[in-house]
Amino acid sequence: MAFSPNLKANLYEGARLALFLKAKLVLIHVGTMSDEKTKLLHELLQGHQAEGLEYRIYCQDGDPVEVILSTVSEARIDLLILGALQRENFLKYYLGSIARQITRRASCSVLLLVKPSVERVPCEHIVVNGLADPKTEQTIATAFSVAKSLSAYKITIVEEIKPQEVAISVDDDRSLRRSQIIKERLKHREESRVKQIISNIPDDLKDDIMVHSQSIFGKRGYSIGHYAQVVRADLLVMNAPRKMTFWDRLFPHDIEHILGELPTDVLIVQ
Amino acid sequence: MSQRTNKLKEAIKAVPANIFSGFVVSLIALPLGLGLAMASDAPPMAGVISAIVGGVVVSVFGGSHVTIAGPGNGLVGVLLVAISTLGLQDAYMAIICSGILLVILGYLRLGKLADFFPSTAIQGMLAAIGLIILGKQFHIMLGNRLSLENNLDYIFAMPEAIVNVFYYSDVGAISAGLSGILSLAILIIYPKLRNRYLQLVPAPMWIVLISIAFSYYCELVLKTPNLIAEDYMIRGIPPIEQLMNDLPDIRFTAFSDWLFWSQVLALALISSVESLLSIKAVDQLDPSKRRSNFTKDIKALGLATAVSGFLGGLNVVTVIARSSVNVNSGGSNRSSNFFHAIFLLIFIVLFSSQLERIPLPALMAILVFTGYKLAAPKNMLKMVSIGKEQLLIYFITLLSTLQIGLVAGIIIGTTSTFIIHVVSTRSILVFTRNFLKPNVLMFQESEGNGQYFVSVKHFCTFVNFFRLKGKLDNVPETETIVLDFSLCEFVDHTVMDSLSAYQELFEKRGGHFEVIGLDTHAADSSHPFAIRKLVPFSGLLSQHLTKRQMALETLSKDYDFQYNPKKVDRAAFLESFIFFRSKKVNYIHNLVKSKQEPITAFDVNFSEGEFIAKEVVNTTMVHINLKHALPIFTLDKEGFLQRLYGVAGFTNISISSPGDFSKRFYLLGEKPHEVRAFFNKTIIHFFESNPYFHIESNGKSLLIFGKERSASIHEITRLIDFSSRLFQVIENDHS
Repeated sequence: MAFSPNLKANLYEGARLALFLKAKLVLIHVGTMSDEKTKLLHELLQGHQAEGLEYRIYCQDGDPVEVILSTVSEARIDLLILGALQRENFLKYYLGSIARQITRRASCSVLLLVKPSVERVPCEHIVVNGLADPKTEQTIATAFSVAKSLSAYKITIVEEIKPQEVAISVDDDRSLRRSQIIKERLKHREESRVKQIISNIPDDLKDDIMVHSQSIFGKRGYSIGHYAQVVRADLLVMNAPRKMTFWDRLFPHDIEHILGELPTDVLIVQ
Repeated sequence: MSQRTNKLKEAIKAVPANIFSGFVVSLIALPLGLGLAMASDAPPMAGVISAIVGGVVVSVFGGSHVTIAGPGNGLVGVLLVAISTLGLQDAYMAIICSGILLVILGYLRLGKLADFFPSTAIQGMLAAIGLIILGKQFHIMLGNRLSLENNLDYIFAMPEAIVNVFYYSDVGAISAGLSGILSLAILIIYPKLRNRYLQLVPAPMWIVLISIAFSYYCELVLKTPNLIAEDYMIRGIPPIEQLMNDLPDIRFTAFSDWLFWSQVLALALISSVESLLSIKAVDQLDPSKRRSNFTKDIKALGLATAVSGFLGGLNVVTVIARSSVNVNSGGSNRSSNFFHAIFLLIFIVLFSSQLERIPLPALMAILVFTGYKLAAPKNMLKMVSIGKEQLLIYFITLLSTLQIGLVAGIIIGTTSTFIIHVVSTRSILVFTRNFLKPNVLMFQESEGNGQYFVSVKHFCTFVNFFRLKGKLDNVPETETIVLDFSLCEFVDHTVMDSLSAYQELFEKRGGHFEVIGLDTHAADSSHPFAIRKLVPFSGLLSQHLTKRQMALETLSKDYDFQYNPKKVDRAAFLESFIFFRSKKVNYIHNLVKSKQEPITAFDVNFSEGEFIAKEVVNTTMVHINLKHALPIFTLDKEGFLQRLYGVAGFTNISISSPGDFSKRFYLLGEKPHEVRAFFNKTIIHFFESNPYFHIESNGKSLLIFGKERSASIHEITRLIDFSSRLFQVIENDHS
C-alpha cells in the first residue's frame, strides 16, 4: 500500500474483503511510517473496525518487491491484494512492473484489483478457469467459496481448448466436418471433467449459485481474459502459473496475457 | 460405403454435362491462351500448353470444384518483364522455380499471399496489370507495332495511335486495324445479344471462326493472298510433333542472379494472388455450395506450373472468366477442367495450321478487352465512394507498379496503407503495442441457440486479419455468427471488404453473419466498407450509417416501422424502471417504432456505477406502453436481477401452474396477489412456450431485453416479434 490518491479506495476494498472472508488485514508499506500516516490509516479504517475488522501494519524500507515478498512469507499471508494501473484515457488496465514481479513470485494467492472503489461494487459474476491441470480442482473450489462469501450469483467455468488439440486444419467441407466432430467430442470430454469437479464441491457452497460451463477453442490464457471482458464478469479466478523462465516472458502465454491487460479483477489461486 | 458409391454414380451421371462445359470453355481458352502468350512475348503455343497442363494436373490433384486452370491475365505483366529481362530460356526456368516455390508455400500453408496485403493495394496492382496489357496490345490491335521504353509511354501514346489510324495508306495495315476494331466491337456487343444460337459459341471463338473464314474466303473465292498483311498474322505455330522436340533446355546459369529470383518471386506472388481471388469468386458461383481447398489447389497449381515450364508453357493459375463460363455451361466438378484440356489438345493436333490464319490484331482485341476489365474504371469509382484515403492508396500502388514493378508496387502500396492507418488514428501505439497480441475470441454460446460469438479487441486491419479469418473459417457457413467490434478501436477497409464477402457467403449457404458494435465508430464516407475508427468522447455518432443501421432501416421499411438512427439524449421513460436505478442512461439510439402498436425497440447506452463509469454498455431493448395498469413485477431466468430488485423491496413469487413455470423463471414483485392475478393461464402459457427475455414492468409499461449487448438484426426481429405477441396477449386478456 502506498499513500497515493487511491489510498482510501484501496484500504476500503481490502477491509471489506477481510470482513467478507473473516480474515485479518495486514497492511504492508514500503518506506517509513510516521505518526501522521498511522493516524490517517486509523481514521480511514475506523468504520470497518467497528464492524469487527482486525488489522496490523508492517513497514520496512527497501526494494518493494523484496520487502513485500518477505513480509508475505513472514506474516504467513494467504492473500495478497495488488492494484492495477490504467492506460491513458482508455478503459484498459495493466499491471505495473513491480506488481507483475510480485505476482510471478508470490507464494500465496494474489488478487489484482482493476478499479478499487470506496463504495462497494457488488461482485455478481465470477469466471474461473477449468483447464486440465492438477491445480484446477482447488481453484474451482476456491472460486465457489469466494462466490459464497461475496454472494455472487453466477459462476462460469471456462475450459480453454488449444486449437492444436483439434489437430485438423480446415481447408474444405470434409476437413471442416471432421474438425466439427472432433471439437464436439473434446467439448464433451472437457464438460464431463468439469462436471466431475463440480460434483466434488460441497452442496452448501453450490446452492443459490448458477453454475455454467463454456468451452472455448482458442489461445490458452488469452481467451478466458477476453471472455471475462465480453461477459463483463466481476472476478476472474485463475490457476497460479508454473515456474517461469526467460522464454515465457519473451513469448507471453497463459497468465502473462492477462497480466498485460487485466480484463477485470483477477484472483490467482496458489 | 453406399454414400461413396452414390457419389460415384452422381459423378458419372454428371460426365456428359462436364464434357459439354469443358468443350465450351476450351473454345475461349484457345484464343485466350494464344493471345496471352503473345502478349507476354512468348511463343503462342506456350499459352495453350499451360492450359492443357493446367487442366490435366489441377483436375487430378486440385482441391477446388468448378474452377478452370490456365494462363492468367494478371501474369501477362510479370511474364512480359521476366521474358524481356531474362530471355525466354531463363524465363522458363523462372516459371519452373515459381511453381516449386508455390508448392513449398502450399505445404507451409502460406499460399494465401493475398490475405496479407491490403485489398486496395491489390486492386491497384491488378489495375496496373490491366493497364500494362491494355497499353501494349492496344497499338497492335490497331495494326501499329510500337516499341517504347516504359509502360506509361504506351498508355500516353494511345490517343495518338487512334488519330494515326485515319492516315493509314497500306491496305495490309488498314485491314489489320479493321480486323482488330471489328473484333473489339464483337466483344463489346456480344454480351448484349440474347440469341440462343449465337450464345452457344463464346465471343472469342466467334472472332477466331470469322477470321479463319475470312482468310479462306480470300484464298478460295477471291483467289488473292489474305488482305491483312503477312506481318500481322500469328506465326510460329508448329505442328504437334515439333512441339515435343522444342522443349526448353534446363539450365542453371541464372541462379546466381538476384534479378532472376525477384522475377520468380513476382511470378509466385501474382499467381497466388490471382488464383486466390478467382477461387474465392468462383466459390460464390458454385451451385452446390462447396468450399474449395485452397491449400491443396495451390500445391496443384504449383506442380502444374512447374510441369508447364518444363514443356515450354507459362504459369498456370485459376482463372475467373473461364471458370464462370464453366459454371454457366453446366460444369459441376473437376472433370470439366480435364475435358477442357483434352479438347484443347484435340484442337492443336487437328487444326494447328488453321490457327495461323488468325490475324494478330483480332487476337489482341481480346486482350485489350480483358485488360480493360482488369483496369476497370468502375473499381476506381468504388474507391472514391469508400474514401479518399483508399483512392490515394489505389493510385500510389497503381503508379509505382507501372513505373517500378509489381513487387515494388505492392510493397509501396502496403506500406502507404499502414502509414495512412497510423495517420488516421493519430497513434502508432495502437498498432505497435498490440501487433503481436492475440486479439480474437470466438466461442459457441452454450446458452441459447448455439450461435458463434466473435469479439475483436484493439485493432483489426490487413496486418492481423489472418487471426480473425482463421477463426471464421472454422465455422460452417450454415451457422450463425455474431461479430462484435465494440472493443476494437480501428477497423480498416480490407477487413470490412472481406467481412462483407463472408456475409454474402453465409447468407447464400443458409447461415447468418452479422457485425455489431460498429455503430459508435466514426467513418469518413457512407460506403459500408469505409474505414471505421472508435472516437472516444467526441462526436459519438457519425452521420454515416453502418451496415447494421442500414439493415435496421430496411427492416423498418419491411414491417412498416419508423426508424430513427439519431441519438436521443433524453430517455426519461427509462428512469422509472428499477433496472436503471443504479445505472446512468447516456443516450438511446437506433429507434425502431411500430406504427400500429405502442412498441419501440432501441439501443440504449448506459454506464454502470456513478461518478467514474465502471463500464459503458450498449444494449438493445424494447419498450411497450400499455393502455391498462399492470402490477409491478420482474421476470427473468437467471436470477440476474434478483439482488437489484431485492433491494427495491420485491419478493419472490411462486406460481402454481401445471407446467414448470416457477422452476424456470424468477418472478418478483411488490404485491404478490396482484402479480398472481395477472399471471393467469394464458400468460403463463405464453412465457412457457416462447423464447426467453428479461422483462420488467413499472406499472404502466414493459421493458424487454435479451443479452447485455447490442442485438444482431435477427435478435432484434425476434425481440420485436416476441414483444408484439406479448402485447397482443396482454391486451386480449384485458378486453
